[in-house]
Amino acid sequence: MPYNEPHPAETRIISKRFGLPNSASLETFMANEGYAAIKKALGMTPDAIIDELKASNLRGRGGAGFPTGLKWSFVPRTSPKAKYIMVNADESEPGTCKDRLLMEFDPHQLLEGMMIGGYVMGAKYGWIYIRGEYRYLIDIMDRAIAEAYSADYLGDNLHGTGFSFHIRTHSGAGAYECGEESALLESFEGKRGIPRIRPPFPAVSGAYQSPTLLNNVETFATVPAILLMGGAEYAALGIPKSGGTKLLCISGHVNKPGVYEVPLGFPMMRAIEELGGGMRNGKKLKAVVPGGSSCPMLTAAECDGLTLDYDALAKVKSMLGSGGMIVLDEDTDMVRVALRIMRFYQHESCGWCIPCREGTTWLKKLLTRFVEGAGTQSDIVMIGDLAKNMLGRTFCPLGDAAAMPTISIIEKFRGEFEDYLAHGPKPRRSYVREETLREEALAWHGQAAAIPAQPTV
Amino acid sequence: MPDPVKLTVDGQQITAEPGTLLINAAKQAGIEIPAFCYYEGYSLQAACRMCLVEVEKAPKMMAACTLPVAEGMIVRTQTAQVAAARKSTLEFLLTNHPLDCPVCDKGGECELQDMVFRYGAGESRYTETKLHVDEKQWSPVVFFDAPRCILCFRCVRVCNEGMGVGALGVINRGAFSEIAPNMGDHLNCDECGMCVDICPVGALTSGIYRYKTRPWEMEHVSTICTHCSNGCKTTLGVRNDHIIRGNNRDRSGINGEFLCIKGRYGFDFTDHPERLQAPLIRRNGKLEPASWSEALAFTAKRFSELKANNALFGIVGSAHLTNEENFYLQKFGRQVLNTNSIDHQRSGDVVTLLDALSGTTGTLAKVEDFYNSKAILVIGADLALEQPLLSFQIRANFRHRNAHVFTVTAKEVREDKISFRSVRVQHGEELAGVEEIHAQLLTEQELLIVFDDSVKGASLRRLVEIGSSLPYAVKYCCLVDYSNSRGAVDMGVLPDLLPGHKPSETPGLTVEAMVTSASLDALWIVGADPLAGAPFAAEKAFIVVQDLFLTESAKRADVVFPSASAYEKSGTVTNVCGEIQQLKPAIRTMGTKPDLEIMGLLAREMGVAATMGQWVSSKVFAEIQSQVAGYAVPLPILSTGGAAQSMPVNGRIPVAEHPELIRSAHDNLFTSGTLGRYSRILNSVLENPRPQ
Amino acid sequence: MQLSPQLESKFESLLSNYPEDKKRSAMIPMLIYGQDELGSVTPELIVEVAARVGVQPLQVSEVMSYYSMLHPKPLGKFHVQICTNVSCLLTGGEDLWDQACHKLGIGHKQATADGLISLEEVECIGACSWAPAIQINYDFHHEVTPARLEELINGLTEKAHAV
Repeated sequence: MPYNEPHPAETRIISKRFGLPNSASLETFMANEGYAAIKKALGMTPDAIIDELKASNLRGRGGAGFPTGLKWSFVPRTSPKAKYIMVNADESEPGTCKDRLLMEFDPHQLLEGMMIGGYVMGAKYGWIYIRGEYRYLIDIMDRAIAEAYSADYLGDNLHGTGFSFHIRTHSGAGAYECGEESALLESFEGKRGIPRIRPPFPAVSGAYQSPTLLNNVETFATVPAILLMGGAEYAALGIPKSGGTKLLCISGHVNKPGVYEVPLGFPMMRAIEELGGGMRNGKKLKAVVPGGSSCPMLTAAECDGLTLDYDALAKVKSMLGSGGMIVLDEDTDMVRVALRIMRFYQHESCGWCIPCREGTTWLKKLLTRFVEGAGTQSDIVMIGDLAKNMLGRTFCPLGDAAAMPTISIIEKFRGEFEDYLAHGPKPRRSYVREETLREEALAWHGQAAAIPAQPTV
Repeated sequence: MPDPVKLTVDGQQITAEPGTLLINAAKQAGIEIPAFCYYEGYSLQAACRMCLVEVEKAPKMMAACTLPVAEGMIVRTQTAQVAAARKSTLEFLLTNHPLDCPVCDKGGECELQDMVFRYGAGESRYTETKLHVDEKQWSPVVFFDAPRCILCFRCVRVCNEGMGVGALGVINRGAFSEIAPNMGDHLNCDECGMCVDICPVGALTSGIYRYKTRPWEMEHVSTICTHCSNGCKTTLGVRNDHIIRGNNRDRSGINGEFLCIKGRYGFDFTDHPERLQAPLIRRNGKLEPASWSEALAFTAKRFSELKANNALFGIVGSAHLTNEENFYLQKFGRQVLNTNSIDHQRSGDVVTLLDALSGTTGTLAKVEDFYNSKAILVIGADLALEQPLLSFQIRANFRHRNAHVFTVTAKEVREDKISFRSVRVQHGEELAGVEEIHAQLLTEQELLIVFDDSVKGASLRRLVEIGSSLPYAVKYCCLVDYSNSRGAVDMGVLPDLLPGHKPSETPGLTVEAMVTSASLDALWIVGADPLAGAPFAAEKAFIVVQDLFLTESAKRADVVFPSASAYEKSGTVTNVCGEIQQLKPAIRTMGTKPDLEIMGLLAREMGVAATMGQWVSSKVFAEIQSQVAGYAVPLPILSTGGAAQSMPVNGRIPVAEHPELIRSAHDNLFTSGTLGRYSRILNSVLENPRPQ
Repeated sequence: MQLSPQLESKFESLLSNYPEDKKRSAMIPMLIYGQDELGSVTPELIVEVAARVGVQPLQVSEVMSYYSMLHPKPLGKFHVQICTNVSCLLTGGEDLWDQACHKLGIGHKQATADGLISLEEVECIGACSWAPAIQINYDFHHEVTPARLEELINGLTEKAHAV
């Protein structure tokens, strides 16, 4: 299974058990500080735990980077309604493959983080929403949950403490949009993955209209370590405002792609050169997608001297996102990358709002035509214009996620679009043909979605 | 009442109640914020993004349809950014929208056209291919053209939330999202057409109306639906004396925009080929066409002869006639033909209710009370099928105000889905069900009790006793069948009651007695069919029938006069809640006359015109107002298309109870007595269980 | 419909994962596990799931057609999903796609005539650091080379014949 040996430049906090023999087992977990944090937590007040999280400067690791302590404090703990814990394991942001490892190699760490959340919120139930493609992880998590039940770490009145907590896995069925927290909740409730109108936010009205603590896998997995080492110490691992460590998924044109845990504020070029083992085939760096495909693309020049943390990336108008860092070398055809990104967002647009639904479709068709060699000068202007017409106007961030990389590519690599017009494309495949096939497949999908006639009540 | 919120929109200081959505606050101040998906009364979507406006301090534009006003909020709706966003949203919408406006039913009244006209995007930069999906027919009344659909989800919401049916959903994802019917390729629903009506574009079109006309070629006549007793206003689109569509887009009237299949589409009986268009006289045992003057003279002569011989006349009025016609008819009977044997088919025990409530005020519910009352008790009836407007109101009440709905019925009813408590009882044991929930009712703050013909006579009196024992205001609604059942009672089309519920000193025969009494000399039936399926005892009696169709009664008649339908005459009708509304003639059908005119001409022919008075509905209504206590309502309300509730009688009605005569036909959404049999559309939908 | 004992017990266990009055939450897991066994989300499965979670079949249809892993018609016994999203695109994912299309003579969401293998060009499957990646049914294959793809596909045919 995918696992890279620790690199000396890493700071392994949440990945410290990765690589241990039988690391997913309760036995290994218990031999390595397992369920020590929940024991410590049960001796603390919920407020004290939230204070530790605030001190840790931990920010949501799913992509939005919202301060976790603050998010936890938003849940109305005194509400008479049931409170729920929900883990977002719908990892689907292109470039991101970290939650997989957290669940595969250290499932109990995630369970422990959830339990601490459950204790703080007074919640009795938690679910892990795992994307359907990760079926083997559902099985791994189910086994870990069963182990935890048998060792009295899940269930009622755990070890006589009076604390009760239950966890179940929940399978998704293929929808990037369900990584958006309110769409995830809709999907969890057995509906189409359409985001909800916010406010109210899930903290106040989440699963089943009840207060719900919803965090990414990595966020929950980090909580036990914070409690054990103390918020301040964890924060000190990173830089001010961006506390602690982050899993970095390095992919693309590097020699040693992999998932590495680094303190926030880690220099990007070191990540490429040291962790990633440098550019593949000695090529030059052209661009970097810093944190998943929805982040604006950075040029090689912009990467120089850049550190990987929330604020530094915001300064160059991009984002740390989910930590999915894609490295692109000098030979990369940016027009095709732009098309591929747009094809993704068009495929994943839920269809709810007009700018995203129609904007991604138009841009995909336009970029397809461009790549196939039928582009015009005015198309170049229009690509940026249409993307800007989506930006900030859609119902949820998916529209922005489609617009931002597109705008950055057209602005930073406009020359490549001009070259396409000047020299003609070298299409490697017929995207139009693929498009037609996709549309046919979908039309067929819709038709067959028909349900059999039957008597109604 | 909390203090209003002050905010600034486009430099204008405005105030609004706390919690008001910005889009509505602006509208109240006369500032339009455009929207497709926002629709008052239904759940919020924030999907179309047309209502984005600039709000100071917000990092990006905000959707006005989901943003509650806040103190000191500063909003700008007319900036370059807002204008550009609207234009680009429209440009996005038009990418896949087929520009077939020249042949689209919606052309001329399309919200997308209007928006593009107003907010730009008349030129498109889109040169890619459009996604085409073939048009589908989902039912005789609903067609769906997916490419025209802008996915505002209004139809889905009106069907699910408004109608409580949920026959429409959304399938697929993204650009391929499509509205879909519940049966895969067709609908099984109320066929109300609310989805067609609420569609802002031509995606959902009506099987009745499609490709028939341009909207501006029609005249629009708003009148009252003739089918059930709810009294919905239906605005008929008329071209060349032909009704092409019905809707109520202006949301006037007690029903707002609500209409069921009958109100929206069930007007087609008016041009049914079997419609009577000439009087018929029985000659040598056969009904043969005759001229109006011949038929009138013949009937007048026979009536005069019979009257001279002190003959026993039986008169049957109808719940489809106007108040004026019913009044004129009973007056004709009582003053000219010297009979109290005047009756109609009673469908609810209105008389006992009014008597039981004598001395009280404010105890009769209006249609709006079904939306306003904090608690509603439904007894016996399946409102969604039989009284659809009342059902619609209750659902809206539940949705918007969380009303407590109680149902006490023999069968499962749609209101169960939203009910606070549902009790199943044996038919006839409804009162026991009410007793069962009595303790729970005590904790309510107010109550509207609506009941059908399962509660009548003594059980109705017991119900009122229970109601009176509740420590708060209780209102009642006695369900009846057709458009003017209530009016027929008020007008004294009863053997024992004169107009205004005054007891008659010498009660005449009931309908049942007329049919079974061998001593009857003449039977005059106006708009009813009492002889259907019944042996008629008085074989020699002279029978006159006025109707739209050759009913079973008409087939036995000596003279048949072709009547005008409710859509072809003026007058007033009184709905189930006692609300009086005015009809407006939309069309004329050659050869027919309104029943009032037929009766008036008969009076003239008999030389009793002076006694009977003018056969002009406004004149007759003036007479009604002088004789029927509750009908002294302000005329301007009626003449401007409003509904005025008749006042309760406020006095005992000392007549014998006849619960056995109270029988509702329990017509459902797809049946409507005789009219239903001649409506092609009602018979064409598969939900109609009648054999095709 | 008659479910296999395994699926029956899976459905029961899925339904027990949620509060008593929130059975609808089990809909998507039931559909995907049902599909695993039946090969597709059949109309009968839709009706069955609707009844078990207490909704109308239309509501299941709405959900089923939204999620890209659920499909109403059977695909191949082995569903080969090739990722061509950015990380895989950069490392040859599209070449793998072309290779598979050529080798099998089928395209996106199509199945071979014998119903053995179907192809789908999928979006990011979360294997970016080990790109290019493919998934055959639920099994991940990382850093797939053209030779490895050839081997994998041939292996499927052999596996089928061995059975």
